[in-house]
Amino acid sequence: MDRFKTHRNDVLLIAALLILAGALALFLRLGRHSGGTVSVTVGGEMVAELPLDEDASLPIETESGTNLLVIEGAAARMESADCPDLLCVKMGAIRWAGESIVCLPHQVVVTVEGGPDGGFDAAAR
Amino acid sequence: MRASKIARYGLLVALALALSYAESLLPSPGVPGVKLGLPNLVVVFALYRLGTADAWALSLVRVLLVSLLFGNGASLAYSLAGAALSLAVMCLLKRTGKFSETGVSVAGGVAHNAGQIAVAVFLLETTRLAWYLPVLCLSGTVAGILIGLVSALLVKRVPEFKS
Ligand SMILES: [Zn+2]
Repeated sequence: MDRFKTHRNDVLLIAALLILAGALALFLRLGRHSGGTVSVTVGGEMVAELPLDEDASLPIETESGTNLLVIEGAAARMESADCPDLLCVKMGAIRWAGESIVCLPHQVVVTVEGGPDGGFDAAAR
Repeated sequence: MRASKIARYGLLVALALALSYAESLLPSPGVPGVKLGLPNLVVVFALYRLGTADAWALSLVRVLLVSLLFGNGASLAYSLAGAALSLAVMCLLKRTGKFSETGVSVAGGVAHNAGQIAVAVFLLETTRLAWYLPVLCLSGTVAGILIGLVSALLVKRVPEFKS
């Protein structure tokens, strides 16, 4: 296999992956719906469900530490946490059905569930 | 001969650890799994210059040490899945002989992110991580291009490393 061919294959592979990323993003965007509620799970177990349209703040206690969830202006975000990487805090706010914030070290998943119009899951099924 | 081989392994492991640490200091974009994958430089280098078995050994030792030094229990599972899937895909693609270091490293970067998401879906019992797939696919590709270009240079330029 000569150098030209391997480089051409590299470019084809890169183009295919970029197209895949774009197609996935488009698919998810087309299927998005406004959220209705926010669910909180720790280690796969549901611990709370809150309406997205009411401002609230909820401390999430886990075995490994605490996260503070804040709902404000129909969007949910992790206000603070004592996890080592703080990725959950940096993830910012979520508002669309199906979007989630994950705190890997604490095994916490905060997910926006679909509103009355069905939501992402209904669209995907 | 034997001692020099051990010294070379030690050097590569130390380099991979230093790169892992350097990467942990970089600002993070806030999505789990989005990383430049600097340590992958060493793995790609090992894959091309030392061989498949050596690349696997190096990669496993690095993941174990990094999790021990900087991580917690969960991070070991993520890193292990990412590293193993990435290296498996890179070995396969390299074997076809149809791609250069860049193509191999790009596939490895995307596979790394896919492996981490798969473990997250399994550990967190949620399939809701689909939203991360586009950004992880994109970031894996871009990181793979950078790592691949630099690795190709290293594989070509670093003198005599085979023992
Ligand atoms: Zn966190």
